[in-house]
Amino acid sequence: MFDNLSNRLQSIFSGLRSKGRLSEADIDAAMREIRLALLEADVNFKVVKDFIASTKEKALTSEVLESLTPAQNVIAIVLEELTNLLGSEAVKLQFSPRIPNVWMLVGLQGSGKTTAAAKLAYRLKKQGHNPLLAAADVYRPAAADQLEALGKEIGIRVFRGCGKDPIKIAQDATQDAIDNLRDVVIIDTAGRLHVDEEMMAEAEAIRDAVQPECILMVVDAMTGQDIVGVVEAFAERVDFDGVIMSKLDGDARGGGALSIRSVTGKPILYSSEGEKPSSLEEFYPDRMAKRILGMGDVVSLIEKAQEVADLEIAEEEEERLARAELNFDDFITINKQMKKLGGMGSLLKALPGGEKALADGQVDEGALDRMIIIINSMTAAERAKPSVINGSRRARIARGAGVEVAAVNQLIKQYETMRKILKQMNLGADSVVKKSRPRKGGKKSKRKGSGRQQGLSKGMGRGMPDLSSLGLSKKGMSPSQLKNLEDLLK
Amino acid sequence: MSWLNRLSEGLSRTRKQLSESLNVYFELSPEVDEDFWDNLEETLIAADFGVMATTRIVGELQDESTRKALPDGAAVMKLFYEKMAKLFATAKEDCFDINPVCILFVGINGSGKTTTVGKLAKDGSQNGRKVLVGSADTFRAAAIEQLDIWAERAQVPVIKRERGADPASVAFEVIEAAEKSGANQVLIDTAGRLHTSDDLMRELAKVVNVTRKRAASVEPTPFEVKTLLVLDATTGQNGLAQARAFNASLELDGVIVTKLDGTAKGGIAVAISEELALPIVRIGVGEHIDDLRPFDPQEFVNALMA
Repeated sequence: MFDNLSNRLQSIFSGLRSKGRLSEADIDAAMREIRLALLEADVNFKVVKDFIASTKEKALTSEVLESLTPAQNVIAIVLEELTNLLGSEAVKLQFSPRIPNVWMLVGLQGSGKTTAAAKLAYRLKKQGHNPLLAAADVYRPAAADQLEALGKEIGIRVFRGCGKDPIKIAQDATQDAIDNLRDVVIIDTAGRLHVDEEMMAEAEAIRDAVQPECILMVVDAMTGQDIVGVVEAFAERVDFDGVIMSKLDGDARGGGALSIRSVTGKPILYSSEGEKPSSLEEFYPDRMAKRILGMGDVVSLIEKAQEVADLEIAEEEEERLARAELNFDDFITINKQMKKLGGMGSLLKALPGGEKALADGQVDEGALDRMIIIINSMTAAERAKPSVINGSRRARIARGAGVEVAAVNQLIKQYETMRKILKQMNLGADSVVKKSRPRKGGKKSKRKGSGRQQGLSKGMGRGMPDLSSLGLSKKGMSPSQLKNLEDLLK
Repeated sequence: MSWLNRLSEGLSRTRKQLSESLNVYFELSPEVDEDFWDNLEETLIAADFGVMATTRIVGELQDESTRKALPDGAAVMKLFYEKMAKLFATAKEDCFDINPVCILFVGINGSGKTTTVGKLAKDGSQNGRKVLVGSADTFRAAAIEQLDIWAERAQVPVIKRERGADPASVAFEVIEAAEKSGANQVLIDTAGRLHTSDDLMRELAKVVNVTRKRAASVEPTPFEVKTLLVLDATTGQNGLAQARAFNASLELDGVIVTKLDGTAKGGIAVAISEELALPIVRIGVGEHIDDLRPFDPQEFVNALMA
């Protein structure tokens, strides 16, 4: 959902990337764009102001401007600042020894508290807890019915109590949990406006009555600039411990997420996407920051890939790649390199949507190993020139690899797909074959090996290769490329 | 109350006649300088106008004030209010005055559709209309019960089916029932859905199409069908994407902005009204029945800047 923002930042940085050296004016231009992108993503304008100021200050140090790869450094700074803004590490909720632990949900009307309460209960149940849901929203018609229906779906007891006094319901629910051996009570409260004095006082009263271990505020990911005032007011009155971001499955850029942490210091603990009870996930600020930069991960991946590639890809092989005349020997080399990069998994995680695909089990990480087994059953001639592989050769390869002929056919089909992708990537991007690879500056690069030194001297003054040279232009891959890649990974 | 409010209240004592509509900008910077424009820009962005719209509005205002050689901040603000009010699309007639009419309420989850239908039902019957409400939100747990309670409060009949029923068939039945009972204002609640969910948007398009088709064959007078987007005022820039998507699938007739009683200004509604030429037909400014009001552009702009 942060993809839109990522795209913006990427296009800014591909502009920066194409320059070898940056002037102050360049940084200014980039900062203006970042400001615009952040504001459009609903990041609070005050937060944006601070963010831009501190990022710019860091970007303007002579260390950055005079480094060989200032663009990289700027990216690193922006990433770092974004991570800081989101909170530098994931916060986990701690259970207290008290039985029951009491968790309380608060928020504006329509932010998704009731749904989040059910999801949270489901999550705790999966973790071996025995939660109780308490319906303390006595104002919205049928709110308790809604919670009860959700509770029934996920097999969790819902306490309704008298249905009139939310404070009493909360207290009675705590007692009910003790009587029925439940270790966590999740209290769903009514939606309230932060400026509604009476309702805010009620929330405080519920809190004081049951002394919750944890108060979570549910915030709609689509909220705009107003979010800052809202969370400030809730922080002041109810003093919540963390945030659940809801409706993250839409295309909202969720800039509010960025703002909350920086304004209140409260961490975002969970993100909630979709209607399924299981769709409540822990919120990882570092991952989110990387995703906001979108290609942030891909950027470091490309850096890493170039490190590996510089040392290992032989020139002729590189040229073959460029002409899309990939053969199975290259497949093996690529596979080896992929392993060095941390395997298929980490490669995919760096791609937009890849992480989800992995989590959903759409990607089989062992697929590559099975491919290698089949390739190892080929003769050298077959590997070098896949077109010679006919029916009887396929049968022989299958026998040698201990697989069905269909598996061999599939591999060859995938090989064709990969060639197609390479061809597309190479269209209009001749620079893959560039022999000189400018070296990375910045903190992340590991400088070692004479090959790198050579790269340095050749790369000087040549400018950075931008993402487009890898076919990963501004918007990432084209849909057809992605489609092919997806097919390949099936 | 924001500090701007408090400040403008304090200052208003000295400049009474200007204090209400021509707010703090005038008092803060009688001179039209860099700060004045920056402040204006910031206020618009903080009100969720969005950067693009803000830049354009402020830019135009700057040009025009220079051209007209406007003397001070007050004059510029006056021009600003005039320009702003013109940005809104206007409706030919209030769709709640149409007789007979069937109105569908659509929007994302939690925007306030069911509550709005409940309030309007009471409003309608108080105005002497024969109201019928229908619950085509067969998805959310207890949505039907929620509307039931509202209908009871408003003392209007409600047409409903069990949870999980096909919403389009519910809409069909609602119109059938309206035809039989002679209702002349039909309000249909639909399930909240994210505009990015293609399946759910198609489902909603079906609900609207079925309603339109059935409403056209109602005897003796066919129902006119209006589709209104219910938008939470706290929504940020994503609101535009929502409105675009709903409009593309359903051809909306207007927007209802809810929850304006908080501190959210609902600036995104301006962009929606302007870009999609959709009138804002009602605004929700509180929990009570009479807190759903007709929309007045001038009032809205004043509140935006307050």
